Amino acid sequence: MSAHPILAVEGLEKRFAVGGGFLRRASQVHAVVGASFTVAERSSLGLVGESGCGKSTLARCLLRLVEPDAGSILFEGEDVRRMDGPALRVVRRRMQIVFQDPYASLNPRRTVLQTLAEPLRVHGLARGTEIEERVAAAIAEVGLPADSARRFPHEFSGGQRQRIGIARALVLAPRFIVADEPVSALDVSVQAQVLQLLEGLRERHGLSVLFVSHDLGVVRHVCDRVAVMYLGRIVEEAPVPEIFDDPLHPYTQMLRAASPVPDPKSRFALPRVVGELPSAMEPPAGCAFHPRCPAAMPRCSRECPTLSPVGTGRRVACFLHSPAP
Amino acid sequence: MTEVVLEVRDLTVEFRSGGAWHAAVRGVDLAIARNETLAIVGESGSGKSVTALAVMGLVPPHNGRIAPGSSIRLEDRELVGLSERSMDKVRGDRVAMIFQEPMTALNPTMTVGEQVAESVRAHRGLAPAAAWKEAERVLDLVKVPSARRRMTDYPHQFSGGMRQRVMIAMALACQPEVLLADEPTTALDVTIQAQVLSLIEDLKREYGLGVLFITHNLGVVALIADRVAVMYAGEIVETARAEDLFHEPRHPYTEALLSSMPRVDRDIGELQPIQGNVPSIRDIGPGCAFAPRCALAQERCRSERPSLAATADGRALRCWVRGSLP
Repeated sequence: MSAHPILAVEGLEKRFAVGGGFLRRASQVHAVVGASFTVAERSSLGLVGESGCGKSTLARCLLRLVEPDAGSILFEGEDVRRMDGPALRVVRRRMQIVFQDPYASLNPRRTVLQTLAEPLRVHGLARGTEIEERVAAAIAEVGLPADSARRFPHEFSGGQRQRIGIARALVLAPRFIVADEPVSALDVSVQAQVLQLLEGLRERHGLSVLFVSHDLGVVRHVCDRVAVMYLGRIVEEAPVPEIFDDPLHPYTQMLRAASPVPDPKSRFALPRVVGELPSAMEPPAGCAFHPRCPAAMPRCSRECPTLSPVGTGRRVACFLHSPAP
Repeated sequence: MTEVVLEVRDLTVEFRSGGAWHAAVRGVDLAIARNETLAIVGESGSGKSVTALAVMGLVPPHNGRIAPGSSIRLEDRELVGLSERSMDKVRGDRVAMIFQEPMTALNPTMTVGEQVAESVRAHRGLAPAAAWKEAERVLDLVKVPSARRRMTDYPHQFSGGMRQRVMIAMALACQPEVLLADEPTTALDVTIQAQVLSLIEDLKREYGLGVLFITHNLGVVALIADRVAVMYAGEIVETARAEDLFHEPRHPYTEALLSSMPRVDRDIGELQPIQGNVPSIRDIGPGCAFAPRCALAQERCRSERPSLAATADGRALRCWVRGSLP
């Protein structure tokens, strides 16, 4: 799509074994099914979907925090899946992750300085007073007070803790940030502060971002493109704002219609939302969305549509938008 | 038409912290009519949940109290000062509450049918067989698919959305006049949220319920509310009909909340965050609680507290700057 993808993912797969035990076979959850996408240099791709759709698993696979089962992950032209030891460490310096719950991902017994200094030491990027200088610079950059370095996580508010989480990612001067629901735990007014910070950083450092979120409003605001996931598969991928103003896949349409908008005039057509997300252990045959789809055809329960190009720069996995075989 | 079922007057709820009492809710006035949804919207620490707890008589007695002079009337009955036993009758019988996390409110060791039937028996004195039938009827009513078969399932076998339906069924089984809903859809996905919101809306109309709906999400408010009260730092700062509030927010806080919210339906250009944080109930100054974060704040806002003043068009506003506008 774009001339310089910083990240190109092809056919990524992840299965988890669930349950099982003595005399009982474990069942399998196919959490990510053949995911393929690219993220262009200096752009941000949103990954949206309901809980359990596999979006966080996919995000974690990119850094191999979760080990994928198949597929390739080309980051700056090299396959992350084939890397070991030193090469993987370099990639993890250039690709950083910010988590949803900053409190759970910060060590409560460590000061901010200790937390931010560790990655610098691990990667051998700085020593002595240089460490403190770089930590101080990161703290200033995310808008925390200068005396934060000596304080502990519990002394900060939720929004400030998320700033610490961002500073920890930033201190290694990454090229790519995976942000997994980074503002979902924050109040609206604080959420806006953190989003503004992320936008500023992206511009100043020319970062590329994979932004995982269930909030379409947030994604519309921060992303250039969006991929929609349903039961482990990407079902639609398109630029913003087209994906929200003219969604093609019936699931994207349902998600968009159900997303609340602060305008009582737009009280949605509720009957359009039917059913619930089926169990990922027993996904429906054919297109996984067909039992909930208002436009389902006989074919949809037999065959699974592939993600195919539609128009310019869009891809959809739906028989409504693909030519007959 | 406007038959008030629940009226809260000058409600102040205090909590003890570090040896002193601090008000988490200060002078709140609310009225909910039959067949009306009033949404209280606010960020964490605004006092919205404490307001609901006070109505339910659930302010923790060891470190909390409802201040003298507060009044909560359910139809013609004063609830403040009722004995625990009388309050027990009111809860469930006439006022029911649903919470954000239905799993913690359901008993994991009892089947769903037993739990709903038990609440029917306890509140309406039905015989076990009749209670079981009634439980099936209300589970059907809240659209739990194949309700009869699922009554023998346990809560963990239900999805989050279905559990919330079970909670709503238990609330309805007691035929309350008022339903308090504290962030009932916050833990749910948007498609499930849409279904639960439309269920609450349908039930409100069908039974003429007064609904007090508590949320931090202005998008949800727009979907469900007839009227809205915006809370900040323990006080109501603005009330209006939902259409009016979104069409023309008047309080600087309401306005700031709306412009700090990214929207899915249109591009909003630059986000305008509200600087700073919600103040702790322990350090609220003498002036308007929002003044330290308010772009319009003047000298008077910092020294003197504005009161919630009714305007000619049926709204109310707590603001020195905007309140003096025609």
